[in-house]
Amino acid sequence: MTNTLWLGTRKGLFALRADARRRTWKLSNPQFLGHVVHHVVQDPRDPRVLLMAAKTGHLGPTVFRSGDRGRTWREAAQPPAFRKAAAGEEARAVERVFWLTPGHASERGSWYAGSSPAGLFRSGDGGERWEPVAGFNDHPMRPKWAEHGTPDGAFLHSILVDPRDAQHLYLAISIGGVFESTDGGGDWTPLNEGCAADFMPDPAVPYGHDPHCVALHPLQPDRLYQQNHCGIYRLDRPARRWQRIGAAMPKKVGDVGFPVVLDPADPDTAWVLPMDGTTVWPRTSIGGKPAVYRTRDGGRSWQRLDRGLPRSHAWFTVLRQAMCADGHARTGIYFGTTGGDVWASTDAGDSWRCLARHLPEIYSVSHAH
Amino acid sequence: MDCTVRIASPLHSYTQGRAAVAGRGDTLADVLGDLEARFPGIRFRMIDEQGRIRPHLRLFVNGDEARDLTAAVRGGDTVHVICALSGG
Repeated sequence: MTNTLWLGTRKGLFALRADARRRTWKLSNPQFLGHVVHHVVQDPRDPRVLLMAAKTGHLGPTVFRSGDRGRTWREAAQPPAFRKAAAGEEARAVERVFWLTPGHASERGSWYAGSSPAGLFRSGDGGERWEPVAGFNDHPMRPKWAEHGTPDGAFLHSILVDPRDAQHLYLAISIGGVFESTDGGGDWTPLNEGCAADFMPDPAVPYGHDPHCVALHPLQPDRLYQQNHCGIYRLDRPARRWQRIGAAMPKKVGDVGFPVVLDPADPDTAWVLPMDGTTVWPRTSIGGKPAVYRTRDGGRSWQRLDRGLPRSHAWFTVLRQAMCADGHARTGIYFGTTGGDVWASTDAGDSWRCLARHLPEIYSVSHAH
Repeated sequence: MDCTVRIASPLHSYTQGRAAVAGRGDTLADVLGDLEARFPGIRFRMIDEQGRIRPHLRLFVNGDEARDLTAAVRGGDTVHVICALSGG
């Protein structure tokens, strides 16, 4: 098994490559130097294929596709774009393609993309031509669901496809909440019961939450984990009420963060990387002492993992796409910081080492084999 | 009408590195459509799906800035595509 970590950064695309034992990693030269790369994702149905969401400071957003494991790239013929607005309608334009998700295994060549402002797009031809998903983008409730954005705009992310049913989808909006479709994206329903929205006057609102990252377990697709602006949650369908598993985190650490990463082989194991959500929300590692936390029992308990990470004076921020797992028997966990460092563990988080430093601000880290 | 289009460096990947290309059309919309036919993908990087010029990109015809794509282009004109971005 070869190992590549694709690093999407604010200033280009980089790759870290290792042999099967994951001991020695070599950093590539940049590709697309100067481009803003939000997400790079391998196609599990054809590992030669990668899709990349990118733009530059000046130019509009687009998607690039590689059919040779990232050696060469070609731009989509029709990048994600909203439909032309009718007279009097809000004239929406994609500012950035933020998220990419491969479609169902039975739908070879299908992909989904999420954008800012919040929009959902689908390609049926491997990412060459993209169409807006009208069932979401033109949903009569969408203006309400996506009414509030983050300081950088509203983001549609965490597009999840149920491996048992291509018609069963989830997505998340920051800010807006988690939504579910059971008809392939034709209609959507909020799925936020139990999630806190501490920034709202009414904590029991049906939508308007801020899910930072949602993940579905491939072996147990009824199990969802969520790292929210207001806590860590788990949901076991068909239940509709999220359980705050972050309540078991140490009180001094709390349960605020961006990413949540699942163990591909164990639905009870997940990793998070807490950040400081107190006072003015620094969003850095707490007290300058970065640590990953792992649960092995579905969130009933958490273990601090900081061996090898800086002991002090390290003010990490790790964004939602910037942490991932690999598929090895001894799970590798990787994260990239907004300071341009890449950290790795090849023992499920027990110990850490730095693989690269001084890169541009890291937006995404994804493993490819 | 035939014109000259001067292309800013962020778009040179579409024009095979050329900083100036020939253009054709009676309006900026026509000229950009002509460019798109020969350099696929270039228009959407400049103009959004609602037909608006993107925020950090400016279009000039003979030195006069065009606010939209209805600006007239005449034979011998020069269209400048300028990219303007600040920040680190």
